[in-house]
Amino acid sequence: MVSVEDYGEYETAWCPGCGDFNILKAVKAALANLAKPPSEVLMVSGIGQAGKLPQYLNCNFFNGLHGRTLPPATAAKLANHELTVIAVAGDGDCYGEGGNHLLHAIRRNPDITVLVHNNQIYGLTKGQASPTSERGMVSKIQKQGVFNNPLNPISLAISQDCSFVGRGYAGDVQHLTGLLMKAIQHRGLSLVDVLQPCVTFNKLNTFKWYSSRVYKMEEGEYPLDDRVKAFERSLEWGDRIPLGVFYTNEKPILEDNHEVLKVAPLIRHRPETGKANRLIEGFT
Amino acid sequence: MNLDLTIKIGGAAGQGLDTIGNVLSKSLLRSGFFVFSTQYYLSRIRGGHNTFQIRISDAEVRAMDENVDILIALDRTSVDRHLDEMSDGVVIVDRDVVELESEHDFIFHVPMLKIAKEVGGNKIYTNTVAAGAAMGLLCLDLNPLNEVLTSMFIKKGQEIIDSNLRVAKAGYDYVRENYPHGCKFNVSAPQAKRDRMLIAGNEAAGLGALAAGVQFMSAYPMTPSTGVLNYVAGHAGEFGVVVEQAEDEIAALNMALGASFTGARSMVTTAGGGFSLMVEALGLAGITETPVLIFLAQRPGPATGLPTMTEQGDLLFALHAAQGEFPRCILAPGTPNECFYMVAEAFNIAEKYQIPVFVMSDQYLADSLFTCDRFDTSRITIERHLLSDQELRIKHGDYRRYKFTPNGISSRALPGQEGVLVCADSDEHDEFGRIDESQENRIKMVDKRMKKLELLREEMNPPNLYGPRDAKLTLIGWGSTYGPLAEAVDMLNEEGHPANLLHFNYIYPMQAENVKEALARSKKRICVENNYTGQFARLLHAETGIAVSGRILRYDGLPFTPTSIIAALREKEVI
Repeated sequence: MVSVEDYGEYETAWCPGCGDFNILKAVKAALANLAKPPSEVLMVSGIGQAGKLPQYLNCNFFNGLHGRTLPPATAAKLANHELTVIAVAGDGDCYGEGGNHLLHAIRRNPDITVLVHNNQIYGLTKGQASPTSERGMVSKIQKQGVFNNPLNPISLAISQDCSFVGRGYAGDVQHLTGLLMKAIQHRGLSLVDVLQPCVTFNKLNTFKWYSSRVYKMEEGEYPLDDRVKAFERSLEWGDRIPLGVFYTNEKPILEDNHEVLKVAPLIRHRPETGKANRLIEGFT
Repeated sequence: MNLDLTIKIGGAAGQGLDTIGNVLSKSLLRSGFFVFSTQYYLSRIRGGHNTFQIRISDAEVRAMDENVDILIALDRTSVDRHLDEMSDGVVIVDRDVVELESEHDFIFHVPMLKIAKEVGGNKIYTNTVAAGAAMGLLCLDLNPLNEVLTSMFIKKGQEIIDSNLRVAKAGYDYVRENYPHGCKFNVSAPQAKRDRMLIAGNEAAGLGALAAGVQFMSAYPMTPSTGVLNYVAGHAGEFGVVVEQAEDEIAALNMALGASFTGARSMVTTAGGGFSLMVEALGLAGITETPVLIFLAQRPGPATGLPTMTEQGDLLFALHAAQGEFPRCILAPGTPNECFYMVAEAFNIAEKYQIPVFVMSDQYLADSLFTCDRFDTSRITIERHLLSDQELRIKHGDYRRYKFTPNGISSRALPGQEGVLVCADSDEHDEFGRIDESQENRIKMVDKRMKKLELLREEMNPPNLYGPRDAKLTLIGWGSTYGPLAEAVDMLNEEGHPANLLHFNYIYPMQAENVKEALARSKKRICVENNYTGQFARLLHAETGIAVSGRILRYDGLPFTPTSIIAALREKEVI
């Protein structure tokens, strides 16, 4: 039995009322519900308020660089595919600084979960626009309002045939927990974008703003492997914002490509120095 | 040394120079010679002017010679450009293909295209005709060439092998019959010695990595490092290595760190431009104390620079890259032999000290073929320095990834090991790996990390002395310049200028006492480097207080030759 308590309780550096608290709750609940022991979970995070999440959990973690969650998470899974690997990043981290890695991680399709705290603003650096900020949002840097179109991570991921694409909301822990459980269980790269109000810096996309707009998609509205339908739904944003699983597919995962991983995790193989003798022969 | 001959093959990119070059080099090794081959090529797939130069001798050769004895000219440019490098040599050229106005008795026409078509039935055999012709001109036995061609085409079937052997013999016979006086080189093959190998630095580094049990390699292709990636990837399935071509070098090093943290022996390969992108992750390796091997093959920069040429311009960059202070180690092999053993050793250092370790090469060492003694895998050990499950059980759950210890090294467990949590953080962290921004902790953690350097310094080998110990003149070099410097020292001593070489391959951390001791007797110390600013001389001064008396620097993209070093010493009136 694994309980939520096994994942510990830590003092955080988040602002009171931050959406991150609920995400942390959902992560703990999802892992406990799936009976994942902390020693078999590896969280890989970047830098930002989201990147601190593993600090407040009892589990293995690799808290790396801003924007660079996906490369180490992918490689960690290759090194030991028995671990449950969850990459945690923010919108600036995953869609801005590390945007290119997201594209290529989707292409590789390792069996990892990518959890993005999307608060549509930069929190740690105190209130600049992020790649998902609404057009026109005024910030300290964007004095005349944001000029650029916001990035739609759900559409982007579906367009690239990402193996699992879902959206959760920090204001609904129970729904988010269920979504995370599905994502972790899915075989392949699962992107979970979580709408997360930033109570300190984002005065536009507040709990109230989200709560009056989000709705849960019904199961069976369309087959989840219908990419075109999923893409169409992903474009819905504004007055109504859909939550839940948008798209899934069952394509081969990165780990399937390596024969060596079929026997045992990479790190359990014991290399022999003498094996190179045959190659040396070829140079004589 | 009785015999010392240089064969140069010149042509445009796409003409298959490296095929003839490699085939001939290997055949000459099998004939019993010491062989040293270098390529000069431009950054293009077709056209331009490229050369492949093979030097053979009955004694050890470690560098290239500037004098050419046999020129195989596949195009007109080769004749125009390289004729003046020949004093008493012979040109092999197909005058049906290459138009030449002049008639000289040292220009041997060999109708390579015609022979290829008539005897082989296809013009693609032209290069094999050329290889046969070269063996004929040297009046050597054809068997070694036949052996090399057979093993080269074994996968393509007997028909292709037979055609190659036929055209090689036709080229060989043509030269023997038409230019019997060509045998003036008076070459007699030494007794074949099969325990030698012909290998380039890149292949040797790749082989070293495989022998040392590399498990994970991530890289973005970049000349001149790509050969290592190619070599390891080519044998990845057989050796159980996971090779990932990353989307960029940022991802490459971050991947290697993720794999290493999780327990895989990991490395990246790159050149200076790619390493520039890796810099932030280098610091991540430093603060998270994650072992990693960075194979850095240098080329002239900055930015794109001269992509296919050589330079030693990244030493101080590798030494100082990334913000903040953390321990690192730099090794710089001078030969493929050293590439093989040092890559293996670099892994052990990285895992023992949990630091990033550089193995620095350059285009010259990466691509040149050297004759080496057969590599001995029994000299390689794999030392992982990982806590076993049993050792962890004794700790009863009290595991601290960054535990303070007298030498700064904390024992390493892996995520997934039962009963422990392994946490790594790019923020300053406490012994458990969780963020701690207090001053008290900061001081202790910095001290802990830097302390590892002290122990490592004691383990670093001293520089290698070559030549008479008491010579007044000492040439100082590092990395790939070993060969030209050693030959220059031989020449100086033969000419009556007592000289020796102090060659550094364990670069950093440097043991000042060892170096001072080694340099105690020399009166003049000349540092020879392939860069503009004399980076190694600056490092030497910073670490030991020893100032060199002069510098010989080359930054035209080409490697040193022994004669170029002697000429520079004369110009500086050192001799």
